[in-house]
Amino acid sequence: MTAWLTPRNAVAVVLVALLALLPFYASVTGNYFLMSMFTRILILAMAAVSLNLIMGFGGMVSFGHAAYIGIGGYVVGILAKEGIGSGFVQWPLALAVSGLFALGVGALSLRTRGVYFIMITLAFAQMVYYVAIGLDRYGGDDGLTIHKRSTFDGVIDLSNRTLFYYLCFALLLAMVYLVWRIVNSRFGMVIQGARSNDRRMRAIGFATFRYKLTCFVIAGVMCGLAGALLANHTNFVSPAMMHWTRSGDLIVMAVLGGMGSAFGPVIGAIAFLLLEEGLSRVTEYTNIILGPLLLLVALYARGGIDGLLARVHRG
Amino acid sequence: MADALLKIDGLTKRFGGVIASDNIVLDVNRGELHAIIGPNGAGKTTLISQLTGELAPNLGSIHFDGADITALPVYRRSALGLARSFQITSLFLDFTALDNVALAVQAHAGHSFRFWRDTRTEEQLRAPARAGLDRVGLSNRADVVVANLSHGEHRQLEIAMALATKPRMLLLDEPMAGMGPEESARMVETLRELKRDLTILLIEHDMEAVFALADRISVLVYGRVIATGAPAAIRANPEVRTAYLGEQEAAGG
Ligand SMILES: Nc1ncnc2c1ncn2[C@@H]1O[C@H](COP(=O)(O)OP(=O)(O)O)[C@@H](O)[C@H]1O
Ligand SMILES: [Mg+2]
Repeated sequence: MTAWLTPRNAVAVVLVALLALLPFYASVTGNYFLMSMFTRILILAMAAVSLNLIMGFGGMVSFGHAAYIGIGGYVVGILAKEGIGSGFVQWPLALAVSGLFALGVGALSLRTRGVYFIMITLAFAQMVYYVAIGLDRYGGDDGLTIHKRSTFDGVIDLSNRTLFYYLCFALLLAMVYLVWRIVNSRFGMVIQGARSNDRRMRAIGFATFRYKLTCFVIAGVMCGLAGALLANHTNFVSPAMMHWTRSGDLIVMAVLGGMGSAFGPVIGAIAFLLLEEGLSRVTEYTNIILGPLLLLVALYARGGIDGLLARVHRG
Repeated sequence: MADALLKIDGLTKRFGGVIASDNIVLDVNRGELHAIIGPNGAGKTTLISQLTGELAPNLGSIHFDGADITALPVYRRSALGLARSFQITSLFLDFTALDNVALAVQAHAGHSFRFWRDTRTEEQLRAPARAGLDRVGLSNRADVVVANLSHGEHRQLEIAMALATKPRMLLLDEPMAGMGPEESARMVETLRELKRDLTILLIEHDMEAVFALADRISVLVYGRVIATGAPAAIRANPEVRTAYLGEQEAAGG
């Protein structure tokens, strides 16, 4: 079927192949910095993919998504500091706390729309941010060093950088696949219908609130996992992980990559983080360049990079 | 009287100083096509929105098939078999026509906490959706994104969506608004068909259509029902003539 061989899919396939081969390149050249950088990219891509589920497909523009990265990370960090190093405890708890937080935020914010929704999600994220700063026992403002990565005895050794990279890679692909399944399912149609016309959804008989709330929690849990991974990757958690600008970055990644597809945010995360990395080497005013650039994308390249590729195909 | 499917009693709705529904008492009998006419701003849309639950009345009650539904949320009333079409087209513009109707079918095919199966392969949703499009004459437009359909097609899709929820009663808010004569004639035919199986509350400005279709007509002016009766009686009613029918030509809808 040539229908599958669109520029859009080709780019996705090439990207996935390059990501799969990256550790080989790293081991041949000894450039482990690159692998470390891309581990972070994969993790933040997961966060962007999860945000895209609620924002791109559900129309729920959460300006507090980085809070889940922080929550997932802090659960791992706090447990590690208290002597509980098993990932079998840390990770499920990280997901559970993220999910509960999403449940609370969603229950209070999803009855509002537009700017109000954005402000409430931001407010909750700021609350978590300041709570973390207040955690003197866990480093407060300075953050908390994690001396040992989560242990999964007999399953996987996360201190092996290559294994850790592939774990992130596999989880990211799994997440993209999951989102793709979800958005094409009955549940996904309800979510997209609610984005498109919530009033009509209720008129034809859907109690949209409970579906949106469920979707919000799913995204929170997914992002909590990204947080647990990030804590393991950097061996460090700090309030800065969930600064509101980080939430903004996640939105930018999703918009840049293209909110209309499950894979788009992966492209967006790679593009954004590479751009940020590259710019930070030549100038300290990265935001002055990134900001207007993103504005252009938002204004002229609706659908992001993914949308551009789709249009290339249609000609 | 004994066989009212929908019973409206003392319904009152105020918007600040405006009384949009003023103590409305109205029965719609089972199997009846009941039309509501009245000048712009009379409160017709407001009435429908209270029947579907999108607006809460200040006073009064609504009974559907014997049950008090005055306080039920919108989706519960839909589940009981009340469906509306919107005066201002309200569709999922970024979905295809078929997806629109399939979503309406899905709303009444069990819960939607189903996360895995590709819903576009579910024949139990797609087949009734295709049948729905067929019923309003849109089957050849099934895969067109709704934003690219014409105004007349939107109006037809509105009806197909309402029908797909398997309603017992349809609330149609000016289904022919903005239609050309040809499209209007087609819509009249569609409504005539639907009338055989469904109870219908029809709001319409097209008098020709109303008098051709309605079993009974109620006239709403400034939120009040000033007359209810058979088409002939309404046409002859002097109060109606002065309040509405006379000025209708000038107002034009
Ligand atoms: N949401 C609203 N807020 C305030 N006033 C409203 C609202 N909806 C309708 N109205 C007013 O109520 C009256 C009835 O409006 P409507 O039901 O739309 O009339 P119709 O459908 O018969 O043209 C009008 O005076 C209108 O301005
Ligand atoms: Mg109206």
